[in-house]
Amino acid sequence: MNNIMKGIPMSVATFIISLALLHCLAFGSKLPPEKGDVLPEIKIPVPVNATDRNYLGLRSIGFFKIPQIKAKVVIIEIFSMYCPHCQREAPEINRLYSIIEGNPDLKDKIKLIGIGAGNSSFEVNVFKEKYNVPFPLIPDVDFSIHKCLGEVRTPYFLGVKINDYGTHQIFYSKLGEFKGAELFLDLMLQLSGLK
Amino acid sequence: MKKCGNLMLVFGMISAFLWSATAFGLSDAFKNNIYNPGILKPIDSVLKVEVGDRAPGFSLPAISGGRISLGRYRGKKNVVLSFVPAAWTPVCSDQWPGYNIVKDIFDKNNAILLGITVDNIPTLFAWTNQMGKLWFPVLSDFWPHGSVADRYGVLRSDGLSERAIFVIDKKGIIRYIGVNNINKRPRLEVLVKELERLEK
Repeated sequence: MNNIMKGIPMSVATFIISLALLHCLAFGSKLPPEKGDVLPEIKIPVPVNATDRNYLGLRSIGFFKIPQIKAKVVIIEIFSMYCPHCQREAPEINRLYSIIEGNPDLKDKIKLIGIGAGNSSFEVNVFKEKYNVPFPLIPDVDFSIHKCLGEVRTPYFLGVKINDYGTHQIFYSKLGEFKGAELFLDLMLQLSGLK
Repeated sequence: MKKCGNLMLVFGMISAFLWSATAFGLSDAFKNNIYNPGILKPIDSVLKVEVGDRAPGFSLPAISGGRISLGRYRGKKNVVLSFVPAAWTPVCSDQWPGYNIVKDIFDKNNAILLGITVDNIPTLFAWTNQMGKLWFPVLSDFWPHGSVADRYGVLRSDGLSERAIFVIDKKGIIRYIGVNNINKRPRLEVLVKELERLEK
């Protein structure tokens, strides 16, 4: 009996985790989110770095969801330190960050975040240091976030508009094709309605 | 009750397998030119060397032209051999581009990286061109097919090589062997840790 009782919590926990995994496998794994959708239920680890937490306006530790970021618009880049395009585009995306942060009308409204598909903390930090990436990069070592976002190729960009009442909507969902910081920012402003 | 617990555990394990088995995070740099072989037997060979052995010597053609031998680095540099199974496949295509941005780590540890596959030179040339300019030599173990992989014991029964890493010190002694699950990319931090141990 004791053995049975000992087995229950682990089995139940495994079951619950499996259900969550299967939810993404069944409903969200093969297609990326589309314009007009809401994001799938993804929990992202809060950055350990205080600068990154402050940038995103997150106070707690543990996990957060994208709509909890203090902003009107969040631009998510799904990247990998192993991706040649992501490496090549890194300086230009840094420039996008600088343009936004240098504009008093935009800096509190638009936030950038990168999710390292299949990358460990170490690997994400290698990328961050190599390219001096100033915005938060989140490791996704087991591809769990990447899975929920449709196993997209990298780099992939998602634009998410966060509404006043805690709801949100995806207004941009596209693979690569980063044609330059100014053009991309202009597109984000137009599509999100910030402009 | 026990049956139910076991059932849930099995269900969980299957889910976890499904979860981990299919994700690649493939770069768009290769567009739609990547062939997906599906999930392969994780390891399909038996090592013929072990840590502490002298590394078997070899001389292989490089995509940059000429041949490169292991012996040329003896007494000069530590050597990392990175065997990847095949060009134009998902995990392999997203392994060396990561090594390409950490030359400083190799330099700091007085090491050179040699990338090896069993593909021929033209295939390797076209494939690695998609990765940008690689700083390390890429060698072809195509003919006699997989002979170097076989000497190290990482040639699979289907003619591919394993996804394997050998760290060889300046004296030519094998200091680390990592034969990874062919379906998964090895963690960079493991290699870096082994490199840092060499110079201590």
